[in-house]
Formats: sequence, structure tokens, C-alpha cells
Amino acid sequence: MIGTGVLVAAVAVLAAGTLALRVAGPVLRSRIRISPGVERRVTVASMVLLAALVATSALLDGRTFAGASRPAGVVVGGVLAVRGAPFIVVVVAAAGTTAVLRLLGVA
Amino acid sequence: MAYMRTAWRTFLPHVDRDIARDVGLVCAAVVVVGVSFGAIAVSAGLPAWLPIALSLLVFAGASQFVFVGLLLAGGGVVAAVAAALLVNVRHLPFGFVVGDLLGSGPVRRLIGSHLMLDESVAFALAQDGVARRRTAYWASGIALFVSWNLAVAVGAAAGTAVSDTGALGLDAAFPAVLLALIVPSLRDRATRRAAVAGVLVALAAAPFVPAGIPVLLALAGVAAGRDPAVVTTRQAGS
Repeated sequence: MIGTGVLVAAVAVLAAGTLALRVAGPVLRSRIRISPGVERRVTVASMVLLAALVATSALLDGRTFAGASRPAGVVVGGVLAVRGAPFIVVVVAAAGTTAVLRLLGVA
Repeated sequence: MAYMRTAWRTFLPHVDRDIARDVGLVCAAVVVVGVSFGAIAVSAGLPAWLPIALSLLVFAGASQFVFVGLLLAGGGVVAAVAAALLVNVRHLPFGFVVGDLLGSGPVRRLIGSHLMLDESVAFALAQDGVARRRTAYWASGIALFVSWNLAVAVGAAAGTAVSDTGALGLDAAFPAVLLALIVPSLRDRATRRAAVAGVLVALAAAPFVPAGIPVLLALAGVAAGRDPAVVTTRQAGS
């Protein structure tokens, strides 16, 4: 397959690049003064990122639809979360719904 | 279990019971996925050190799956690295938000940055106040680092896919974890409006752009969260 040297280099580049992306935010933040307005906007931005992650990872495998069972589980979890159910109930219900639907043959 | 609890109390004495329990649940799910990640990589013919090194040094589940998946699909090393890095670009804005939770000193900040995950960011932002956010960030980051790496090593050593994680519904568990953590913030109308707009942008773009990009495009939704009335009032007041 691929040579060990090439793989080592690939892991090194990926690790260094990922760390650089992770370090960039905190470094930027410590260099500039942030007003409360910007602070709030940035927090909203991270909620938008997380919400988009939820939606894309619930609905998609890469660029195609993931099938009905996964989003169904996530919706069940979401409804429970909105109603104030404990975290463990939300997560177990989401996974359980999806697992049961698959057991029943839903994609 | 009792030992784990003692260790937890020793290192992180201020961690809430609730946070500890919620993080423990996510760790359990992470362990199953980690074992299967290690096993998939090795049983497909990659050397055992590869999934282990990726998990220790890259420590970002989604990008690790993208990297290994593209390698195994014959996409080439350069494309695999580029795609995996693209998936990790979201850590830049995340870092901007959690930057003040890492503490002081370059080593501490470096380690704290390495522990930046969707889950640790979400656990932190779900808390009120800087002290609680910091505790939640470090506790979840450390716990997930340990469980993910142990699990991947076990999977790589075992070399056979333990079970189909899809049958357990774990692919629904991870979005549900993040959703449960952001629901309280979404009760704020402006945040909710921004999130809905961002989600629509991400889903509309997803069929046409590489993985990692849709989530970044979602940031356009932040503009929709601006409350015109509040902006006007602020300008008038200043």
C-alpha cells in the first residue's frame, strides 16, 4: 500500500495543521480587545456552528441523505431536550429510536 | 467504576455531579466508536500505529474518519490530508470562543487547545459563568481524550470490527449530544434565528461542497441573528 514514510509525513502535516487551527483562535483572542457586543456575536456564532453540525451529521453521510432512521432518532432526542428531559434520556432515546427503526428495517 | 470516580474527584474536585455523569455517558459512546475506528483501520490493512497516532496527535474523530476513509478509497495521501484539515477548520472560530477558558501559560494553553472538540466546546458553553465553563471544558476534554485514545488502541490491537455501531444507533447519539447541549442557548430568540438560518445555508450547500465547508458557510446565519431593534437602540445610545 502506501509507504510508511509517506504515512508518517501525512499524519505529521495533519496533526500540525489541526493544532495550528486550534491554537489560532485563542491566540487571536488574547491579542485583540473584545467588546461585549462582539463577545456575544462570537458566542452566537459558535451556537450556529454547533447547530449546523447537528443538522448535517443528523441528515447526511458526506453529500448524500443518511436515511430516515438517524434523523428520526435525533428529532426524538431534540423534542425530549426541548421538554427539559435529562441529558441521559435524550441521548439514549435518540440512539434507541434509531437502533429500533433499523431493527425494523428502516434505512 | 469506584476507582474511576475517586480519580475524577482527585483531579477535578469541582466537577459537578451532573456534568460528570453527562460526560461519562458521552465517553461511553465515544469508546464504542473509538474501538470500531481502530478496528476498521487495521482490518482494512493500515498499520496499527496509524489510527493510534491519529487519535493521539490529531484527536478529532470526524477528520480521522475522513482521512482514513479517503486513504482506503484510494483518494491519495494529499487529498486525504486536505479533506481532513478542511473538516477541522471549524476549530478556529471555536478557539476564539473558548480562548479564555484555557488558563495562562503557553503549555497549558497548548494542551487546552489540543482538547478542543465539538463536545468539549458544547459542554463548556452549556454552563453559566467562566469558572463553570472552564471546569466543564477541561473535564470533558481530558475525559474524552483518555477514552478515545484507549478505545482506538484496543480496537487497533483487536483488529476486528467489534460490532456495527450503526445497529446501536450511535450515529444518532452524537448529533443528539450536541443538540441537548445547545437547546438552552436556542431559547434565546436571536440565537435561534441565527441557528435556523445557518442550518438552512449548511443543508442547501452540503450536496455541492466538500465535507467541513457546509458548517463554515452556516456562519452566514449569524447575520440573521442581529436584532434590528437592539442595534438601533445601541447606536442611538452611544
